[in-house]
Amino acid sequence: MATPVTVHGPPLSTAVSRVLACLIEKDVPFQLIPVNMAKGEHKSPDFLKIQPFGQVPAFQDEATSLFESRAICRYICEKYPEKGNKGLYGTNPLAKASIDQWVEAEGQSFNPPSSVLVFQLAFAPRMKLKQDQSLISQNETKLEKLLGVYEKRLGESRFLAGDDFSLADLSHLPNAHYLVNAAEREELFTSKKNVERWWGEISSRDSWKKVVDMQKQST
Amino acid sequence: MTIKLYGVAMSTCTAKVLACLHEYGAEFELVPVNLQNGEHKQPAFLAKNPFGQIPALEDGDLTLFESRAISTYVAEKFKGSSCDLLRSQNPKEAALVKTWMEVESQQFSPAISPIFYQSIIVPILHGGSPNQAIIDESAAKLGKVLDVYEKKLSSSKYLAGDFYSLADLHHLTYIYYLMKTPYGKLINERPRVKAWWEDISSRPAFKKVASGLTLGDKN
Repeated sequence: MATPVTVHGPPLSTAVSRVLACLIEKDVPFQLIPVNMAKGEHKSPDFLKIQPFGQVPAFQDEATSLFESRAICRYICEKYPEKGNKGLYGTNPLAKASIDQWVEAEGQSFNPPSSVLVFQLAFAPRMKLKQDQSLISQNETKLEKLLGVYEKRLGESRFLAGDDFSLADLSHLPNAHYLVNAAEREELFTSKKNVERWWGEISSRDSWKKVVDMQKQST
Repeated sequence: MTIKLYGVAMSTCTAKVLACLHEYGAEFELVPVNLQNGEHKQPAFLAKNPFGQIPALEDGDLTLFESRAISTYVAEKFKGSSCDLLRSQNPKEAALVKTWMEVESQQFSPAISPIFYQSIIVPILHGGSPNQAIIDESAAKLGKVLDVYEKKLSSSKYLAGDFYSLADLHHLTYIYYLMKTPYGKLINERPRVKAWWEDISSRPAFKKVASGLTLGDKN
């Protein structure tokens, strides 16, 4: 029996949860190794050996080590094409490229403003850090404008890259989940008809529900 | 049918794809997009990239946006030629290429692009003054990222290993422009990063592209 892959990091981390969602969609057994970020474990020399930027997650599959959540997700999909959701990263090069452009759009356009908002609205208060109202308002405006593009796209197809749920949609789950559930920004998603439909579908997938459970159990 | 790349030669993102196309010796046509006239925000272009950004690629029926998704598509399409920028035949190497491509995307670019934007775009295209506070903050972030690169490049010639890959290529266009600013010192004061930059920027495929990176040049 093959050794399960290893993911290092807390499930509450958006990037870690992105990888967990992918592993569960693909039905790839994994072991989750906790990293105590409150104690700075992610900056320890031992951790820096597996993630030189001192961030979570880090990932191992036997002798292969990776970091950066989207790289890990792509790796999982390419290494295990026949497991779990076979179409998650497309079953042919054209489909894969079409999905990839939306994974890139998530990483380049959705992630920056949504990450700032998640930090400012969900994490800063819990960490007793002062919120930056101007940063919040700037990034709300950016995200609102971006979701306008999504609204149009999701009127043309059921999911971002086409008619099937893909890695592109999955990539959005972690930040969007916090915006809706921990930052009181559900309206960003519910004020647009197609975005609301899309959010409803992707957030109710079994794989994401399992990740959310893992997050709840870890607190 | 020839690949069509919509964009402009002086744009960092368009040029990233041009470098990849040249590495593979792929036949393509660069179709100019008139940014000054707002062509990239018109319906015909938005049909290719709903985010209204260059570049976009057309290959037969396939349309793609996001430069990194496009370059990955090109590399996979021309797999099997003498050029091998994804290392697909070697899973361990391919995993490292994926990882360091994401490092460029998520660590390097967010740190360098404000320096580029403030130093080159703001004065040249907007006739404004650079925001030094933003530059200083970004230079500090970029320095930390490059410290990790300096360490990595002590154990391998290129970022993902002892082979040139898309992970290195994706850095070319931003660094080229950085070297035109005083912040080129961030590269020059790190000997291994400097040597790596000199190596990758001397590749014939990049030299073809560099001649088009004319933003900031005095006529």
